[in-house]
Amino acid sequence: MYLESSYKIRDKYLRTDMLPTMFCPGCGIGSVLQFTLRSIEELGWKQDEVVWVSGIGCSSRVPGYVNFDGLHTTHGRALAFATGIKMANPDLKVVVFAGDGDMSAIGGNHFIHAIRRNLDVTVILINNFTYGMTGGQVAPTALKGLKGTTAPYGNFENPFDISQLAVAAGANYVARWSVFNYVQGMNSIKKALQKKGFSLVEFLSPCPVSFGRRNRMKTAPELIRWYQKITVPISKAKKMSPEELEGKVIIGEFVDRDRPSLDEEYERYKERAKKLMGWEE
Amino acid sequence: MRYPFSVGRSDFIQGDEAIARAAILAGCRFYAGYPITPASEIFEAMALYMPLVDGVSIQMEDELGSIAAVIGASWTGAKAMTATSGPGFSLMMENLGYAVMTETPMVVVDVQRGGPSTGQPTLAAQGDVMQAIWGTHGDHSIIVLTPATVQEAFDMTIRAFNLAEKYRTPVVLLTDGEVGHMRERVNIPDPDEIERIYRKIPKSKEQGKYPFRDWDGDGVPPMPVFGRGYRAYITGLTHDERGKPKTVEAEIHESLIRRIVDKIEKNKKDIIDYETFDLDDADVAIVSYGIASRSAIRAVKILRKEGIKAGLLKLNVVWPFDFEMIERIAERVNRIYVAEMNLGQVYHLVKEGANGKAEVELIPKIGGEVHTPKDIIERVR
Repeated sequence: MYLESSYKIRDKYLRTDMLPTMFCPGCGIGSVLQFTLRSIEELGWKQDEVVWVSGIGCSSRVPGYVNFDGLHTTHGRALAFATGIKMANPDLKVVVFAGDGDMSAIGGNHFIHAIRRNLDVTVILINNFTYGMTGGQVAPTALKGLKGTTAPYGNFENPFDISQLAVAAGANYVARWSVFNYVQGMNSIKKALQKKGFSLVEFLSPCPVSFGRRNRMKTAPELIRWYQKITVPISKAKKMSPEELEGKVIIGEFVDRDRPSLDEEYERYKERAKKLMGWEE
Repeated sequence: MRYPFSVGRSDFIQGDEAIARAAILAGCRFYAGYPITPASEIFEAMALYMPLVDGVSIQMEDELGSIAAVIGASWTGAKAMTATSGPGFSLMMENLGYAVMTETPMVVVDVQRGGPSTGQPTLAAQGDVMQAIWGTHGDHSIIVLTPATVQEAFDMTIRAFNLAEKYRTPVVLLTDGEVGHMRERVNIPDPDEIERIYRKIPKSKEQGKYPFRDWDGDGVPPMPVFGRGYRAYITGLTHDERGKPKTVEAEIHESLIRRIVDKIEKNKKDIIDYETFDLDDADVAIVSYGIASRSAIRAVKILRKEGIKAGLLKLNVVWPFDFEMIERIAERVNRIYVAEMNLGQVYHLVKEGANGKAEVELIPKIGGEVHTPKDIIERVR
């Protein structure tokens, strides 16, 4: 894989007047942002045809740092706002940058329905198992036993598997990687961006300050090593028993299909309406 | 332009239907909604018409999503609307505040029903007035219109879009189940004769880069359109003129919020709309709005026949509120009655306006029935 210089990516795509970012040392969001910007660069997309949408949380601050049209909305609602943007102007390409709490807890309903409709957006999801911005509360993605300020003795709830949820709800493209898998991650983002319909690329992303610190992993390298330990590629997972998969996170490409997207369906619906009402010659 | 309903003539239609037709004539091309009584007919009419006029009508997963989609659509340059009733309106409060903060033009119709909670889904009420004005958290100002007839529902829908675009703000059309479901004859004008206002858009890339700067001195910044190269960044956080989050600087918060409030409050004269009946020489004033004002008109006529000099102030806009006008009325009359279908909401505004110059009394009505003229007459007599 040929990589452009980071300076070129920075100068072309970041709003320098909005910097510095508010991300903590060791945070993985910057890496995933870089993967996304490099993917856009490699695809040759024009900045003025892409809108970035986000909700609330650390990762949701990303649209403020990139030189595109950006809508930083309310907690969990990014995909509902994106629905309005995409449907009112289907020529726009929509990238939604979100966190696991934003997407799977408060925004869970918008998430499953945007996928059900096959809304043509690409969701880049930062999964750090925690609410980083508010100081490390447990998220619905937190594996059992992980600690957060609201479950100081270890999470006692079952976690959500966001990628599997997206597959079940009908997404056209779903992949999950850790930030460590940058080659696969960037390839997946490129595929996702080009995909008509709903696409999701989920990244396990280190949050040493709010999450790692409470779970005996105070630095990003410790978290990355932990990801290496808990992640299992799909091919390997297929040969493992449910007991062996306990506490593991499967990574890889979960689905790649081409069901018609919401805006394509709506175009056909408009034609049907006009025909039924006798408006077509 | 071809319309999927007859124009330039009158028609006998429901209030909800009139709102949908007026929205399309005003240029609305995006509707997102969620089914709720007694507002569903607006959605159903939009679902029927929008595909035919190349607009979008989409059913969202809830009212949180409806209003969010409408705001998103507005940033692509579309005139957009959603409609709901009390329970859904409560869910919309969060993003109504987002629309205020990001200065997004849009229309929210609240077809009021009895509340709180699920309340009386099929019956009318006026219990959401304070919610429409103050329901979203934080300091703000907003525009709230109150139609009393199906014709007014039609006319005020067009006005709601114009005010939203002119002042770059959400506007609430606060109607009720009675007006929404009632059928009346409505004059639907020729589309060419309808006044349509469109938002200011930036005159240059430089202007677009500062989506919250008061370039023209009227408090209303030109609004960028997504996809046209402005690269605008819009956030619900307190932001500077560039749109950059500035969350701890007191002076930036103050100048932003004061401008958002002032662009409405300082243009009160342009926004406020009311009608009076026999008020000039009245000893007793009745203040009413929406469906309740129709009984109040009848009450005034009967009271006048009985020799009681009653007059009516019918409010077509309940926010911004003309407190000074109420004080001027209070100086001339002995007593002011406020007839509304709740346990006292506009009553408190009138009382503040009257400033002790006249007694202010409430004529409340809840339960789903509109005041009868007798309800009002017996109190005034």
